[in-house]
Amino acid sequence: MSERLNAVLLVVGALFMLLGALGVLRLPDLFMRLQAATKASTLGAGCLLLGVAVHFQDLGVATRAVLVIGFFFLTAPVGAHMIARAAYAVGVPLWDGSLVDELSERKLAANPAPAGSLPEWQSEQQAEEQAADD
Amino acid sequence: MSHGTESPAHVAAELAMVMIALALFLSFIRLVRGPTLPDRVVALDLIGVQAVGMLAAYAVATDQPVLLDPATVLGLVGFMGTVAFAKYLERQARDE
Repeated sequence: MSERLNAVLLVVGALFMLLGALGVLRLPDLFMRLQAATKASTLGAGCLLLGVAVHFQDLGVATRAVLVIGFFFLTAPVGAHMIARAAYAVGVPLWDGSLVDELSERKLAANPAPAGSLPEWQSEQQAEEQAADD
Repeated sequence: MSHGTESPAHVAAELAMVMIALALFLSFIRLVRGPTLPDRVVALDLIGVQAVGMLAAYAVATDQPVLLDPATVLGLVGFMGTVAFAKYLERQARDE
């Protein structure tokens, strides 16, 4: 039973890691890539370490594996948030098809340069983006 | 790596190692390509996580639970590197 369980956990974990790496390679902008890198890879590492814990059936090993899993689950969101914030501050461009940029909307609300309400501004931005695409 | 009797767990661990190696290759392409520094930081962070996964799979494949200790250290160092890079980028943005 546990022989099958850890085999399944190992393969599923590796599959999620592969999917995460594929996402990082293929997705169009940094923030989407960050999502693939953080979520899929953390789940993959968690599954793999759980597989290790099940495989060895030893309290010390299981404790260390759970410790590493807990550490990843705590640090992955923090690290991703920090990179995303820094990247936005540096001015990494969003994907052309992005519809909402709430951070820049908040900046605009702080010093309202464009006249009109928010939906108009959004549609203006979309029109600009479509013009850029053409 | 193979120890005569191949249990399902060992086969699975070796399969997992092949898949993680492929994942490492894909994220390495992103590391080389960029195009911006944050992209490379993300790729580097991902490579750190994948290295931990690789160590976990290798621990099962070789029946060496000691390999979990380097995995712990690698996870810690990877997070430190990410935080340091993020701080550096944010300071760079503020100075502009």
